[in-house]
Amino acid sequence: MSTTDLGMPAVRDDSRDTGLPTHSPAGQGHLRGTTSFPRAARTELADTQLRRNLGKATGIIRAKRAGVVAELEDWEDLRLAGSAIKADVMARLPELLEQLEENVTARGGTVHWARDAEEANRIVTELVRATGADEVVKVKSMATQETGLNEALEAAGIAAWETDLAELIVQLGHDTPSHILVPAIHRNRSEIREIFLREMPDVDPALSDDPRALAMAARAHLRRKFLSARVAVSGANFAVADTGTLAVVESEGNGRMCLTLPRTLITLMGVEKLVPTWSDLEVFLQLLPRSSTGERMNPYTSTWTGVTPGDGPQEFHLVLLDNGRSAVLADPDGRAALHCIRCSACLNVCPVYERVGGHAYGSVYPGPIGAVLTPMLTGISGADDPNASLPYASSLCGACFDACPVRIDIPNLLVQQRAASVESHTRPTAQDLAMKAAAVAMTSAGRFRAAEKGLGLGRLLAGREGRITSLPWPASVVASHWTGARDVPAPPAETARQWWERTGGGA
Amino acid sequence: MSAREEVLARLRAARDAGAPREAPAPVPRTYRRTGAHAPGSPAVLDLLTERVEDYRARVLRVATDGEVAAAVARCLAEAGSQRLVVPADLPAPWRAGFGGRSVLEDSALAPASVEQLDGVDTVVTASAVAVAETGTVVLAAGAPGQGRRALSLVPDHHVCVVRGEGVVASVPEGLARLDPGAPLTFVSGPSATSDIELDRVEGVHGPRRLDVVLVG
Ligand code: SF4
Repeated sequence: MSTTDLGMPAVRDDSRDTGLPTHSPAGQGHLRGTTSFPRAARTELADTQLRRNLGKATGIIRAKRAGVVAELEDWEDLRLAGSAIKADVMARLPELLEQLEENVTARGGTVHWARDAEEANRIVTELVRATGADEVVKVKSMATQETGLNEALEAAGIAAWETDLAELIVQLGHDTPSHILVPAIHRNRSEIREIFLREMPDVDPALSDDPRALAMAARAHLRRKFLSARVAVSGANFAVADTGTLAVVESEGNGRMCLTLPRTLITLMGVEKLVPTWSDLEVFLQLLPRSSTGERMNPYTSTWTGVTPGDGPQEFHLVLLDNGRSAVLADPDGRAALHCIRCSACLNVCPVYERVGGHAYGSVYPGPIGAVLTPMLTGISGADDPNASLPYASSLCGACFDACPVRIDIPNLLVQQRAASVESHTRPTAQDLAMKAAAVAMTSAGRFRAAEKGLGLGRLLAGREGRITSLPWPASVVASHWTGARDVPAPPAETARQWWERTGGGA
Repeated sequence: MSAREEVLARLRAARDAGAPREAPAPVPRTYRRTGAHAPGSPAVLDLLTERVEDYRARVLRVATDGEVAAAVARCLAEAGSQRLVVPADLPAPWRAGFGGRSVLEDSALAPASVEQLDGVDTVVTASAVAVAETGTVVLAAGAPGQGRRALSLVPDHHVCVVRGEGVVASVPEGLARLDPGAPLTFVSGPSATSDIELDRVEGVHGPRRLDVVLVG
């Protein structure tokens, strides 16, 4: 048994029942890669096709998002409200969850609780088994990726069919997701065409790489599955405590198929996905689509409450997942990471993500939010923990904060996690100490940008070589030379943020 | 301890341990809760038309309920529809434009099978609310003329009738009019995906063709 002292009551690393906040247990699910970020990033950076695909896709989405955000004069008011609603949820999380449970149950649903990934997978597997089905259709869900549900189902002889186009591309490509919203963002159209030709049994050999043709191939491939499926597994974007209503936000209609046609629906959801009241959705249904796909509204949003006789699944199970969230909630500043609505805007604006892609992060949660949330969920076991390097996967340029619809101060959280990472080593290096000093200064000085200017922090982090400060690993964590793998000079007269705004990231 | 008790105990301990030093401020509701245009006003209908068309769906404007049938007939003819499905309580006057087409009636008590739904070309429904700013039409399952959720999902062509008095400007106004007790489906344009190079392509699993008949 080990405990981590975060300056608060103990946060535990094992799964014994003590009623204390607990990290996601090691060795479960997909929150930890095998390689440190700098090492993985070096491999990914060598892939020029990947960089091209990512650069193109994130460029498109940044422009679309900026357009629809500028349209709303009250965007900043919505962000403030979104942030405050989530802070309120965190302050009342246990009570709101009990309220949700009561309302779901009253409407004929069944609520289950899971301490960690393995328990969640076991619950879902048993529920599927009880129906007698040997396959399920799935609508994209970060929570089930986090727990590694597909592998657990497969081990139990149950086939899981991913139905979201990007998830299908990942599944058919025997690949792993690299983006929260668009898991196959690292693939371009011709790569997708090749995967479909190889993996879809009855696909037209003359299939073109036109996105429309590729989408039609996916439709044909999945249609039979949808129409005959008996069990569906979904995630949830929101759960409304005071009504027991669940909401899934999607584009293709695969979500609607899964939520409507099968007899049994199983939804796995992290405990933080709550909003207190139905009318709170008026904030998030404006923030989420504009931030994620850059649309005024996504094509389809489905809401349902328990079971509706004569319409849709007649059996509904909701599985509520902790898996480290209690440990994040126990950190007064860090708990804001639980406000995340998984829009992926912070990924799309991040100069580091844009270059290395999602795989380098090792976790199902990549990008700026992944770099803080992942080590907070798992804890950092020591200098050789791959997640110890994640908080350094950032230039602290602040673009993620500006893009975040719920105003999560990701740069500040990154700095705090760097400090936590440093504390996990036994013998700090000079770089560790510099980082720690910077962390203290920045935390007490409030907003990062003010601190950045006031302290000349950019130069401090740039170090002797005068390179840009983007990725100042503690020497004890660095196994490779990041600066040797990239070619961005340190701009002496401006901050990294100003440089990014001016150049759009170069490359 | 049961998983439920353990998770709740962990969260209670965490909620207290991580409580911010200052009590959270009340949620600032300074965002717009009503839009610039009044519900059902000509301006709000114009905005809805523009925003729905922006998703590459089609909008047919008619002045009165009596003209709905002709507009529906036009949608069916242009899509080449032969077989229809409708909620059994779809208003009778709207059906005058169905001509000699085969019409499947669906209700919660006498539901069509998925195979039957897969065999029809077009579904015609009413709607509960529409939100102009986002170009969204909302269907409430089981409400008059709106049918079960599967109806507006499986057929490839959806003709949705929106009455002017149901059109509001903003998302908050729309949600305030909806009862989450019934399953709701918010539809903003035809089925689409942005999964290939983040470019929007219309038409994946849901109806690939969406026609909105707007009355008023
Ligand atoms: S941290 Fe903010 S910007 Fe990033 S995915 Fe979460 S909600 Fe979106």
